[in-house]
Amino acid sequence: MKILLGVNGVSKTVEVAPMRRLLDVLRLDLALTGTKEGCGEGECGACSVLLDGVLVNACLIPICQTDGAQIVTVEGLSNGAALSPLQRSFVSEGGAQCGICTPGMLVASHALLNQTPHPSEAQIREGLAGNLCRCTGYTKIVAAVQKAAATP
Amino acid sequence: MIASINVVIPRTKDAALATLAENAGKCTLLAGGTDLMVALEDGRFTSKLVVDLSRLTELRFVRRESDELVIGALATYTDLLRSPHVAQMAPELVLCAREVGAAAIQNRGTLAGSVANASPAGDPLPVLLARDAGIEVASVRGTRTILATQFFVGYRRTALAPDEMITAIRIPAPKVGERFYWRKVGTRRAQSIAKMVLALRATATNGTLQAIAIGVGCAGPTPLRTPKTEALVAGQRLDKMLIDEARRSLAAEVAPIDDLRSTAVYRRRVAGNVLATFLASLT
Ligand SMILES: Cc1cc2nc3c(=O)[nH]c(=O)nc-3n(C[C@H](O)[C@H](O)[C@H](O)COP(=O)(O)OP(=O)(O)OC[C@H]3O[C@@H](n4cnc5c(N)ncnc54)[C@H](O)[C@@H]3O)c2cc1C
Ligand code: FES
Ligand code: FES
Repeated sequence: MKILLGVNGVSKTVEVAPMRRLLDVLRLDLALTGTKEGCGEGECGACSVLLDGVLVNACLIPICQTDGAQIVTVEGLSNGAALSPLQRSFVSEGGAQCGICTPGMLVASHALLNQTPHPSEAQIREGLAGNLCRCTGYTKIVAAVQKAAATP
Repeated sequence: MIASINVVIPRTKDAALATLAENAGKCTLLAGGTDLMVALEDGRFTSKLVVDLSRLTELRFVRRESDELVIGALATYTDLLRSPHVAQMAPELVLCAREVGAAAIQNRGTLAGSVANASPAGDPLPVLLARDAGIEVASVRGTRTILATQFFVGYRRTALAPDEMITAIRIPAPKVGERFYWRKVGTRRAQSIAKMVLALRATATNGTLQAIAIGVGCAGPTPLRTPKTEALVAGQRLDKMLIDEARRSLAAEVAPIDDLRSTAVYRRRVAGNVLATFLASLT
């Protein structure tokens, strides 16, 4: 099936099986390996991307549902090598350790701040409840989102 | 395997029903994909033809129709959370939608998908049972509404005919004085399948429990109502004795199993305790 989609603002055309996962199209067909695979079944959030501005798990999206859609991946959050304020906060607050969860955490935090620019700690924890991290204990991730929210 | 699956993407409900009629029993419907994509990943998915309903915008709505809350088949949990009608007419469904998975799941998963999936642990299904909701289903032969209490006919089996799809869920408006409650007990709030889930609807006036409806999940092969306990306590004076009796009766009436998430003993006790907590809140 021929699929036309925007990825980080760039139009892409792929010819793939309609039930192929968006996650595989991003990583394998489009070589955008920032989006990670953890569980492959919606539990861990490592594959978080925006689909028409809405937070989704790319492992649960068949590519046929993205025809004509706009996708934003972690690669789309920065401006080339210039990190976004949210990404800079993750660096300065120690919100990333091994880094496997980080792309998903960034995209989910980005989605949260789009919707709720000044979230409470409880709102941050709820907004990131679908993203698992084995390393940080979450506290520094929450602090990073709080710092980004406070950055004008 | 994935490469051998064909997908049809109808743009209207009528086109979807025509495709369904032509391929009855040989195709699988796809909505938010939060159950289906997991099945596909696990290798439990065998169908060769998928009908993707996600473009049927005509079925993505939440509205009030005189005395009913009507939820279109493509409405997601996030749509429910944003709807003033749901907040007003089914506050317990708000409690429930907030605890289904996490944000990304709520953004994709649909209430109708949960109904069709018919898991005994489906969080919203006890709500539909306790509210005497109707499941509106359609085929090229016409439209009918099946009571939720008659919809779940066996373990993951429903009353849907092979050529039918769910088009909407219809929940009767609250009656004067009715109170609602929903509670899931799981390992954590987000992203966890219930050990036990209860939905309750009751009216109490002047210290008497006029009527009660109890929907329970994880308590048998299907989500279910508990008519014995309902009959035992309805019309009775709402005091400590009645609450204890209700707790014991529900614990005895549910039929949970031991599985990897919990034990039958724990589930019986928790079901009784949740009911007791709710009843105490009415006094
Ligand atoms: C990580 C994760 C966490 C989850 N957490 C929870 C939770 O906490 N609580 C909970 O209850 N559920 C949970 N779920 C399950 C799931 O999100 C729900 O069951 C969801 O409501 C299914 O809807 P869907 O639109 O995604 O269905 P799909 O996956 O698209 O379809 C599910 C089934 O319904 C059928 N179907 C879909 N729409 C229709 C229709 N209109 N007519 C007839 N048949 C139809 C499909 O053929 C399929 O068999 C979770 C799932 C995941 C992956
Ligand atoms: S890989 Fe998609 S949620 Fe874990
Ligand atoms: S930094 Fe290692 S999993 Fe989060």
